Amino acid sequence: MNPTRKRRLIIVVLVLAAAAVASGLTVFALQQNMNYLLTPSQVQSGEASGYKTFRLGGMVKQGSIQKAGDSLKVTFTVIDANGAMPVEYTGILPDLFRDNQSVIATGHMDNAHFVATEVLAKHDETYMPQELKDAMAKAHEGKKVAGGDDAMKGTDSR
Amino acid sequence: MTPELGQLALVLALLLALAQSIVPLLGAWRGNRAMVAVARPAAAGQAAFVLVAFALLVWAFLRFDFSVAYVADNSNLALPWYYRIAAVWGAHEGSMLLWVFILNVWTLAVAALSRNLPEVFVARVLAVLGLIAVGFLAFILFTSNPFARLLPMPLDGGDLNPVLQDPGMTFHPPVIYMGYVGFSVAFAFSIAALLGGELEQAWVRWARSWTNVAWAFLTAGIVAGSWWAYAELGWGGWWFWDPVENASFMPWLVGTALIHAQAVTEKRGSLRAWTILLSIFAFSLSLLGTFLVRSGVLTSVHAFASDPRRGLFILCFLLVVVGGSLLLYALRAPKVAGGKAFAPVSRESAILVGNLMFTVAAAMVLLGTLFPLIGDAFNLGRISVGPPYFGFLFTLLMVPVVLLLPFGPFLRWGRGEGGVLRAIALRAGIGAVACALVAAVFVHGQLKAIAGVAAAVWCAVGTLLYVYKRFREMPRGRRYPAEMGGMLLAHFGLGVFLVGVLLSESLSVTRDVRMAPGDVQTVGAYAFRFDGVKQTSGPNWRGSQGTVSVIRNGETLAVMHPQKRTYTREQVQTESAIDPGFTRDLYVALGDPMDASNPAGAWAMRLYYKPFIRWLWAGGLFMMLGGFLAAADRRFRVRRKSESSEAAALPLATARESRA
Repeated sequence: MNPTRKRRLIIVVLVLAAAAVASGLTVFALQQNMNYLLTPSQVQSGEASGYKTFRLGGMVKQGSIQKAGDSLKVTFTVIDANGAMPVEYTGILPDLFRDNQSVIATGHMDNAHFVATEVLAKHDETYMPQELKDAMAKAHEGKKVAGGDDAMKGTDSR
Repeated sequence: MTPELGQLALVLALLLALAQSIVPLLGAWRGNRAMVAVARPAAAGQAAFVLVAFALLVWAFLRFDFSVAYVADNSNLALPWYYRIAAVWGAHEGSMLLWVFILNVWTLAVAALSRNLPEVFVARVLAVLGLIAVGFLAFILFTSNPFARLLPMPLDGGDLNPVLQDPGMTFHPPVIYMGYVGFSVAFAFSIAALLGGELEQAWVRWARSWTNVAWAFLTAGIVAGSWWAYAELGWGGWWFWDPVENASFMPWLVGTALIHAQAVTEKRGSLRAWTILLSIFAFSLSLLGTFLVRSGVLTSVHAFASDPRRGLFILCFLLVVVGGSLLLYALRAPKVAGGKAFAPVSRESAILVGNLMFTVAAAMVLLGTLFPLIGDAFNLGRISVGPPYFGFLFTLLMVPVVLLLPFGPFLRWGRGEGGVLRAIALRAGIGAVACALVAAVFVHGQLKAIAGVAAAVWCAVGTLLYVYKRFREMPRGRRYPAEMGGMLLAHFGLGVFLVGVLLSESLSVTRDVRMAPGDVQTVGAYAFRFDGVKQTSGPNWRGSQGTVSVIRNGETLAVMHPQKRTYTREQVQTESAIDPGFTRDLYVALGDPMDASNPAGAWAMRLYYKPFIRWLWAGGLFMMLGGFLAAADRRFRVRRKSESSEAAALPLATARESRA
């Protein structure tokens, strides 16, 4: 093997090795950080059992918001058409959080209730995030899901 | 009547853009000078009509013309005039018009400042810019007309999204568009070079200052956006790896690679094909960014359903631009490729490694940002990719860049010497370790903070060593040409940025607390006393304003007024209060009253202590200044008359090498 070929071979091997390491790391990082969006009825049917953290999406049940008197602990119930899931969160809720608002909470299950580390409530009450609407529609095929259809609105804000 | 005039102006602009793109391209191909000469006047005409359309939309906002649907949606009678102007780019249709407007600003600048380049080459550049304008004008006219009427005319309009009612937000979109659109010049330049089948170093030199200016604008835009997220969103964070942020960050990463690759191409003639490829990528990502942010593609592919024509148009446009330019690249790149070989230890190699890291980082961000779409397409369920994915991989990819940074300026073109590098590594390394040891005492063993200090000192000392070397070795007046000064400033800025990021990330204190009037909470060395909430109001909002006094060692440092505003359409918006400082920010955001019926009682509050956070934006500003300064270098202005440039380019290039 002449020196030029040898050098080229080394370069090719190095590039391949770097590519392998890079894709390995990427797949690893992706697997660790993929969050699935599930609705209460999907969680109740056991679909969440495989995930440590996931995102819970649905509507805040009317009148379910309970604030603790002496701390920032809040409990509320997230519902979809035929499921309900109690959620516990400690901290400051987003500006748009209120009854009948669609929310997405990130967190994990603790026995029968969901402990949220982050709660997002976006946009106005006629708007439901498209992905949440889809997830809810998928959870109960054929049932109509309430919510606005103007998906453009959501991302216009920034 | 005026809205119709605006639309008419856009139609005329579209026709002129067609003339600006097709006629000169044909002329350049056929060797017809008359057709080539159409480029400049057509560009000027297009710019004039786009300016008219833009001015008419501003005018419609200023005089509350709610018969225009876009105006009615995004403004109302109570909105102050400066936010009514900002509302022009507050939503999709107006942003697209702003995009075209800025594209015309750049096109005019190119037309005016390129008199010394070969006429055919300039005609091709202007023609490519014209083609981009055709795409955008058609998009506006066929799918997102800002002048669409709303009849009957409502008495009052809606409102500009309250999060956009902030001075930072007024400037952020135009500045970031200056960056996005600026890359179109580098793109047009590359396509013109591919079409012509030749790439002269003199042309690359001309293109460099344009790319640097675009990059500097994009940097400024990202800094402004990050600052706005920090000050306005009330979460105290400065970067969330949110799709919208990623959209602007990807072109920045590729752009950073591009300005370095262009330097190699201009000075050495190497990496030509790579430079061209990077400019195609930088612009494609800018396009993708524009559409991702403004068109809701990312919420879901199904968002297209809300206006399928828009989605389809965007897909086709991206396909034509990216696919077409890559096809042209595949066909023609071998013709323009070439250049000198370089040794493994050389400035070229160092820049190439950095380039690789930046492009891989951009690809990584792209994958993470589009992954929800991929998951959706393959029915994997509703997935989002969490910030740790980006944080982990990005840190990993940037470590080599930070490590290599001090060596860059010291390395010679072609072949570097190991001895000098070892000396630099030793000095910068000693500095970094010493400062890290001192820092370790203050930061209570926080590894991230120690690493931050070490990395920052490594970059800063490395850069300053080079400043000193130039000072010692070069005669006065020739020590720091603008191009080099810009580079040093930007590299130094990275050090400042690292201090800001790693120290604020590791040492910040956040407390979510419940506070009744008179309560005191301590965060770090600071005591925050809550003095109650009173009602207040602004031109188009009413709100609650809290008063928080910050006390340290019995002395009142600041009185802060966080607000919770309710805008005319009942949108609620948190206005946080910030007490800025050189080494720390104090930050207070108002949550909700614990008991909604008793706003005078206890409130949920968020208190932050953020050390050195200002440094990260300062670092960004250093980089921006570096970009502008480098672009101002006299060397980038083409001096000779075009006809002789072919002959002169080569000897000039060799002369540069001996100097460098």
